[in-house]
Amino acid sequence: MSYPPIPAGAFPPMDLPSYGSTHKRHPDQPPVRIPHTLTETSAPRFTPAAYPAHADMSRHNGRAAMGERIILAGRITDEDGRPQPGVMLEVWQANAAGRYHHARDQHDAPLDPNFSGQARVFTDAEGHWSLTTIRPGAYPWRNHHNAWRPVHVHFGLHGAGFAQRLITQMYFPGDPLLELDPIYQGVPAGARERLIAKFDLDVTKPEYALGYRFDMVLRGRLATPMENPT
Amino acid sequence: MSLPTASQTAGPYWHLIDFPEWADLTRAGGPNAGVAGERIILTGTVTDGDGAPCADAMIELWQAGPDGAYEAGFHGFGRCATDEAGRFRFATLKPGPVPGPGNSLQAPHITLAIFARGLMHHLTTRAYFAAEPLNEADPILALVPEARRGTLLAQPVAPGHWNLDIRLQGADETVFLDI
Repeated sequence: MSYPPIPAGAFPPMDLPSYGSTHKRHPDQPPVRIPHTLTETSAPRFTPAAYPAHADMSRHNGRAAMGERIILAGRITDEDGRPQPGVMLEVWQANAAGRYHHARDQHDAPLDPNFSGQARVFTDAEGHWSLTTIRPGAYPWRNHHNAWRPVHVHFGLHGAGFAQRLITQMYFPGDPLLELDPIYQGVPAGARERLIAKFDLDVTKPEYALGYRFDMVLRGRLATPMENPT
Repeated sequence: MSLPTASQTAGPYWHLIDFPEWADLTRAGGPNAGVAGERIILTGTVTDGDGAPCADAMIELWQAGPDGAYEAGFHGFGRCATDEAGRFRFATLKPGPVPGPGNSLQAPHITLAIFARGLMHHLTTRAYFAAEPLNEADPILALVPEARRGTLLAQPVAPGHWNLDIRLQGADETVFLDI
């Protein structure tokens, strides 16, 4: 088995002139294409037993974090729409004030002792996942004059093959900062809009929290020539 | 059919998912405690196109066990943050040879994935072990131009201690693999 190459138009380029940190970090040489071996088609086995899930960032040590509680939910499939069970999602984000619980984040916004900003969840047999958190705040960065990151949540996905490993960011609908953000805009049009979650009344819980849906697609179209013999 | 979800940079604050103990795959109480094999240290320094250390990178390690099998008795995953000098350090067991395409055999190797601020998607490379006889017939190394092959060869710096530096850009740039 092997995974097909990432289709053109799906991923951002490594060299993004508008995003300063890419200038000295993108390789000059093209990567060497290799056939997929067991090294690429197998992947670490992550289980809730060894990697405990915690799906609620809105509380920490029994105390509620400040900000607007929200629910995020979605489904993970592959390029052919097959659900991806057992995917481990690692999730991290800034707090409601736009500050990360991180030593290097010196943005002059308050830390919230009741918000750690990190979650871990797994997809079920149908590829579904969900978590509860606080809507993060926008924050400034030094990429250019008056630069602000749109409100976003980081997602890291571990699939069934190491070639599927993915880290991405989820954005919120209607954010005016999206059109100004080089990291979001670096993704080709048509692909970038799919990084924006959708408000979803079915995910919303009455009297509790608004819900947003964020579906993700892992690369992969398993070659199964025996499936449809002709 | 739909496009795979776009990659985005891990950014400078990914340490919220850093668990420093994951850099030691042989740790007591860890998933591989008690697994027999040759214990090794793998270190390296990540630098950018100016030769400046990348002090905010996340390195993920993925490897087979000493028997050459993936996830069959040996959990071959690790993660390490680079320090202020751009250095990473893993403790693990040396992997065995892994089956390759056809009837070929891959030399012992460790896959490294590099995530960082400024990397729109992660970079993937392999650490092979210098002077390993199986390297000569490795089907993946054979695809790498000979002049650049050395960037994939970890060098022994002390008994059981191997080092492989990663240069993201410029002269002697590391060979990254399109997987």
